[in-house]
Amino acid sequence: MSDVKNSKSNGSPAQAGDAVIEVRDVRYGIGGRVIFDGLDITARRGRITAFMGPSGTGKTTLLRLITGQSRAERGSVQVFGREVAQMGRAELFALRRRMGMLFQNGALLTDLDVYENVAFPLRAHTKLPESLVRQLVLTKLHAVGLRGAARLMPAELSGGMARRVALARAIVMDPDILIYDEPFVGLDPISMGVICRLIKQMNEALGITSIVVSHDVHELAAIAHESFLLSGGKVVARGTPEQLNHSDVAEVRQFMGGLPDGPVPFHYPAPDYRKQLLEETA
Amino acid sequence: MNAHADSFPVAALRRVGAVAVFLGQILARVPASLGKPSLLVAQVYNAGARSLIIVMMSGLFVGMVLGLQGFNLLQRFGSADQVGVAVALGLLKELGPVVTALLFAGRAGTSLTSEIGLMKATEQLTAMQMMAVDPVRHVVAPRFLGGFIAMPLLAAMFSIVGLYGGQLIAVAQMGVDSGAYWSNMQNAVALREVHEGIWKSVAFGLACSLVAVYEGYHAEPTAEGVGLATTRTVVVSSVLVLLIDFLLTAAFFTT
Repeated sequence: MSDVKNSKSNGSPAQAGDAVIEVRDVRYGIGGRVIFDGLDITARRGRITAFMGPSGTGKTTLLRLITGQSRAERGSVQVFGREVAQMGRAELFALRRRMGMLFQNGALLTDLDVYENVAFPLRAHTKLPESLVRQLVLTKLHAVGLRGAARLMPAELSGGMARRVALARAIVMDPDILIYDEPFVGLDPISMGVICRLIKQMNEALGITSIVVSHDVHELAAIAHESFLLSGGKVVARGTPEQLNHSDVAEVRQFMGGLPDGPVPFHYPAPDYRKQLLEETA
Repeated sequence: MNAHADSFPVAALRRVGAVAVFLGQILARVPASLGKPSLLVAQVYNAGARSLIIVMMSGLFVGMVLGLQGFNLLQRFGSADQVGVAVALGLLKELGPVVTALLFAGRAGTSLTSEIGLMKATEQLTAMQMMAVDPVRHVVAPRFLGGFIAMPLLAAMFSIVGLYGGQLIAVAQMGVDSGAYWSNMQNAVALREVHEGIWKSVAFGLACSLVAVYEGYHAEPTAEGVGLATTRTVVVSSVLVLLIDFLLTAAFFTT
């Protein structure tokens, strides 16, 4: 792994005891295909950590390991110092109550309106009076700029609005960790900027540890304290996006520069082109 | 062991076992679902009230057909006055529960499967799990209960409307005496035979609702997967209804 985390950083240097999420020597595969082999990652308290990498490198799979939706074949995934794979159902649910997650498409409950979507975790886990639920929901909706959309149904929202509602829902229980799975995919530049600003605000105002999975290099450069670049089942580089930009590692240069060919080949593995054409003609 | 390598009987047994385990999971969460009556009422409305029109229309036509066929058969033996009995026994014991269950599988069952399957495909169920909310308790159990409660009520409506459909033909068209139609029915149909229909509709409600929520919850989270799961719901439910109908009919026949 290329460790370029040696110069400037967006935030204060992390302390050794600050690790909230620790992934050590993880191996994981699906259907015989190895996704991770020897993966090591640390996310620190109060910081925005980005997992970057080309499509298919297992970024979302990594989130599934961290949230206990999948279990590693080997290695350790610890959150708040507890091994996720060893947690029972009750303990896992208790852990998830300390996490908020923003899904790629928002994953709003389509039979509930915006207000009820945001109130959903409160109603499921607390017995707060309705007046307090209302205050909390409106506060969170105001934070994402959608207080006026409280009575709209998910089908009436744009992609950016749906993601903002999902963000309000993710923070309504005041989580310690916020996980964003591809938060910028399919958004127009304005919505992208709004989501970017909100991620930064949540981190700075609430001190929430944030994990952002994305391949939008420019957006991440504006918000991430530290980035991990995944490729070939491992972390090939870590540092600020700016540091990664100056890396000499071939995978990093291809990804950061958006080069169509390189360690991640343009062509899917195939037999020799000329030979195949001639064979098919014959 | 890979399930794809299993022989048909083993794969079928494996599937039956998985459905039984799923039923156990649902039943364990039923008390919690009963604690949220608004969720339950909404699902009874979805599965029941929204199927009412199709069930009542079908009941009317089936009753009319029974009236016609019954009259045609019975008048050969000079017993046309007994047509009410034929209509009632046909509806209450057999056609009411069976046809309602088949309609229920096609209307409410497919709706349940596709709704849950799409919730899975759009990550709504995963989002619930990530919010530490159990989707079986919050999504599956109320829908299962809603279908289970709605099915016998729909079967009752089917049979009631069917009896009037039979009357419409036998009395208004064929000239059977109205008093004979209803009084012969009252004399000949025992409470035990009404119970037979009720038990069948309860069993069909359990089977159809379970198949629908199972297929939806275990659907591949893709458009094709949800489509296949919806098809399986209709096919499996229909076959199950006819199988259970035979088993229950045989059981009632011997007791």
